[in-house]
Amino acid sequence: MDRRYPAAMATDDRDVIRDGIVVGLATGAYGLSFGALSDAAGLSLLQTCALSLLVFTGASQFALAAVIGGGGAPMTGAATAILLGVRHALYGLRLSRILKVRGWRRAGAAQLVIDESSAMSFRDDDHQSRLGFWWTGLAVFVFWNLATLIGALGAQTLSDPTVLGLDAAAPAAFVALLAPRMRSRQTWILAILAGLVAIAAVPLVPAGVPVLVAAGSAALVSWRMNLKEPLDGDTTRNDAATVAGRMQKDPTEEPS
Amino acid sequence: MTWAAIFVAAIGCYLLKLTGLSVPQHILEHPKVQQLAVLLPVALLSALIFVQTFAEREHLVVDARAAGVAVGVIAVILRAPFLVVLTLAAATAALLRVL
Repeated sequence: MDRRYPAAMATDDRDVIRDGIVVGLATGAYGLSFGALSDAAGLSLLQTCALSLLVFTGASQFALAAVIGGGGAPMTGAATAILLGVRHALYGLRLSRILKVRGWRRAGAAQLVIDESSAMSFRDDDHQSRLGFWWTGLAVFVFWNLATLIGALGAQTLSDPTVLGLDAAAPAAFVALLAPRMRSRQTWILAILAGLVAIAAVPLVPAGVPVLVAAGSAALVSWRMNLKEPLDGDTTRNDAATVAGRMQKDPTEEPS
Repeated sequence: MTWAAIFVAAIGCYLLKLTGLSVPQHILEHPKVQQLAVLLPVALLSALIFVQTFAEREHLVVDARAAGVAVGVIAVILRAPFLVVLTLAAATAALLRVL
């Protein structure tokens, strides 16, 4: 046990498990909105559920559905979804040290590497870190997929889901996902640059491509930048309430 | 084509997750790589916001969507929960279309 912290602050395994389930429920709740949005974008129920089962990454799924709904080529949506998933490779860097999994267990663990499971794996000792990862990952997986199904079924009962204004909900979702990442003037500049490049590209290239053009430009610019803000956030507040509160505002926030 | 895209996205995202768990750490620890992983979502999300709000295939329009997103932005600034932000944005757009 870590002796730096007084016993009063020590959490036991049940707390870690409970926290994981709470975050799973909170995250799953907005799977409802993905299910509805994906259906509104024109994907079938099976396609919507496949996205939540196979891709299992909030921002990537929203992006793929949004590109298809906007008339873009599905492959450009896939490319956007993959680019949005690059951060998961970095999560794995830290997690590999803690999880120590090989073979099939590593294959299974990989599917569960998401923002929430990574965030909940920041614990004082490795055992609780592993508990946090697995319980959060599994809880989110179960609830996210259930909620996706319910959301998609709910949207299907309407003859024209866009009458609900769901096409405004997708960009609003991206605003909510973006807001917590705006930590410095440099990120603001990059965001505005990317937005302007994308807008400028809309009349010039097929639907779905402007986002990739903006991403490419931003990647070039960011390689030359020296980010002044810290890449790791504050690691002291990782109790369930704080994480769940953060996840409510930003389901894809980096672990901190 | 949609199914192909779903499988491509699934495989791509999964490989990224697996890579992190498998790759020698010195590559991922390169500061530029870490910086890119932080900044790329910023650029992508921003581009998506602008395109999803103002683009109609290959034209730019300002319609009820923009108003809905504007309301969503206000809700985000006011720190509303995720589902509230989406609901307000959708309701605004829907309301404007009915009026």
